Amino acid sequence: MRHVRAASAATLALAIAVVATGCGGGTTSGGSNESPKTLTYWASNQGPSIEADKEILTPELKKFEKETGIKVKLEVVPWADLLNRILAATSSGQGPDVLNIGNTWSASLQATGALLPWDEKNFEAIGGRDRFVDSAVASAGKEGEPPAAVPLYSLAYALYYNKKMFAEAGVEKPPATWDELVAAGKKISKDGKWGLGAEGGNLSNNIHQTFVLAQQHGADFFDKDGRATFTSDGAVAAVKQYIDLMAEDKIIAPGNAEYAQNQSLTDFAKGKTAMVLWQAAASTFAAQGMKPEDWGAAPVPVPSGVPGAGKQTNSMVAGINMAVFKNTKNIDGAKKFVKFMTSDAEQKLLNKTYGSIPPVKAAQADEAFGAPDLKVLRDTLATSAAPLPQVPNESQFETAVGTAVKELWADAAAGRPVTTDSVKARLEKAQQTMQQ
Amino acid sequence: MTATVTTNPEVDKSTGKGTSRGTGGARRRLPRIPDRIRQGGLPYLLLLPAVLLELLIHIIPMVIGIVMSFRQLTQFFISNWGAAPWIGFDNYSIAVDFDAPIGEALLHSFFVTCVFTFFSVGFAWLFGTAAAILLQESFRGRGILRAIFLVPYALPVYAAVITWAFMFQRDNGLVNHVLHDQLGITDEPSFWLIGDNSIYALIIVSVWKGWPFAFLMLMAGLQNIPRELYEAASIDGAGIWQQIRRITLPSLRPVNQVLVLVLFLWTFNDFNTPYVLFGKSAPESADLISIHIYQSSFVTWNFGTGSAMSVLLLLFLLVVTAVYLFLTSRGRKGADV
Repeated sequence: MRHVRAASAATLALAIAVVATGCGGGTTSGGSNESPKTLTYWASNQGPSIEADKEILTPELKKFEKETGIKVKLEVVPWADLLNRILAATSSGQGPDVLNIGNTWSASLQATGALLPWDEKNFEAIGGRDRFVDSAVASAGKEGEPPAAVPLYSLAYALYYNKKMFAEAGVEKPPATWDELVAAGKKISKDGKWGLGAEGGNLSNNIHQTFVLAQQHGADFFDKDGRATFTSDGAVAAVKQYIDLMAEDKIIAPGNAEYAQNQSLTDFAKGKTAMVLWQAAASTFAAQGMKPEDWGAAPVPVPSGVPGAGKQTNSMVAGINMAVFKNTKNIDGAKKFVKFMTSDAEQKLLNKTYGSIPPVKAAQADEAFGAPDLKVLRDTLATSAAPLPQVPNESQFETAVGTAVKELWADAAAGRPVTTDSVKARLEKAQQTMQQ
Repeated sequence: MTATVTTNPEVDKSTGKGTSRGTGGARRRLPRIPDRIRQGGLPYLLLLPAVLLELLIHIIPMVIGIVMSFRQLTQFFISNWGAAPWIGFDNYSIAVDFDAPIGEALLHSFFVTCVFTFFSVGFAWLFGTAAAILLQESFRGRGILRAIFLVPYALPVYAAVITWAFMFQRDNGLVNHVLHDQLGITDEPSFWLIGDNSIYALIIVSVWKGWPFAFLMLMAGLQNIPRELYEAASIDGAGIWQQIRRITLPSLRPVNQVLVLVLFLWTFNDFNTPYVLFGKSAPESADLISIHIYQSSFVTWNFGTGSAMSVLLLLFLLVVTAVYLFLTSRGRKGADV
């Protein structure tokens, strides 16, 4: 009986412990230095595969270990799992010390209070805030608050075009305005070929494109207080303009309405589609058998033809940031690791490998990022990209509006009319599902 | 039970002595167990580990889920969700306010799920029954056919459904290739993964995935029907249809009762099929309730509202199951009499 009682008491204790850790959540106090010799790092899947990422990062982590004596345990997490993994880690308090986050999640994750805020003091520890490009830092958290993360890899949208298809259709230079883009697209769209590609089923992509168009219409999806304003005239016009590329102008193939696995890039590489709006597509094109001279990159069109700020915005600030879990057991080591990964040398090396742009100014100046397509991305980031709304319910916004746009694509593809009213009705519904 | 509890210790001692002869060995290993525990409590003791695990795996998470449904649990509180404000039934009133978009969408997904479940379970049961009856007679190749029929059941869900997703693609998929290019049934290639056709695609995949289980269960059920019944029937001049109607189906009734309930519960709650087929945002016509709840909780970070919806779903399934069990067991009692 004594054994049984002991066993049941142990089981009960275990049960209580599990439940307690399950609902107690992570401590909200800052990290400590209890285990200064190890770190766990969740890297997002950046390269062609998880294995490739491990091969790229492992030598760098070894370098870091040699410099500091801190061993970094690496786990590469696929994109589709990353946000759920972070949420689980946040609610249980059992997470990595350092992790990658998508920069559009910054404000949402900042609101959980689980990430270390990068105030002046913490930025000093990694060489100062001034080392980073402003727009990249602006996309790392809510305005007026210390950022929730530090920029690591930066990306922006460009217009990629197929040189041969342009030549065949008699289009001389890449379009700089939307009118030129539609005109070029109409020349190309015949005989099974299409002017422009889209990813109608990809909610994030829908958001990125309509956000930029909304900026060009002088509209935002949120007001200053963070309240949703999805149905403003500018926002409605932006969404309609995007869908009309298929519904009205007929330069996007109807099949693109269901694309969500980057099929539009495959179509581009196969010569079925002449243009795509994409972030750093070079490595994908190469993997699909295109030679660098087959395609060109130009800034995404703007109304005036010259990209800039405000109504001439032509990209969202895309990228990956590096965050530190507040309850890390090795706060000093975590900061050292962030400093290492954002050092000029590592920035050059890693961004070169991944085809992204360093958010660190000194590294960005390196000639490796002067190739024509990367120069477009770099200039876009520097002058004409704007961060997505940094609001805590950004994730809800992406789902609600991204889905509305997805349904509108389905309407357009099925030949149902897409009108200002139907766009407004979808956005109205999206707005009403936003709680808080 | 009450008797053992109220017996006085002296009687206990005497019975203890009385029984000690038989269980002396056990008594030496566990010397201090009072007899009333040994006689009345031992079964409970043996059940204890199972009860604890059940608590740990099912009951406690369920209670946590119910507690969460009364709190305003959003991204602001997930790192310390004990601190989320208590808002009573607000999450529930949001979920069932059918005039507002969130409630309206939930109601819509509920109806979609009912239609989906009805057709999925119906066809899965029909195909399973037909296949089980057809494969009852032994013939050359029966073993191979049985094995082939069970393939959908054995395949990993993700791999199977992603293959279907490829086949349903509009421009490169096999389905349109056959329907449009080869047979010319449709005027132009149809969309299967977006728009109104999505529900058909979903039902087809679900039936394909579900019927082998029905087949397996019914095949086992058929093994238990005495062959003599059929022999006697055929001597009496009953045809094959009469045999199926009068012998096979009534004999399979107990199996079918369990089978339909299990298929119903699995299909109503199915998450994998729509998620792999459509991703985190299903088309309106195929917006199943499981995906809808997932979206409310994990995509838009309203864990409180998501929990409330889950609790409502749980209540609905409990009620349906209880009614179903009540009706079928009453029917059976009637048949026994």
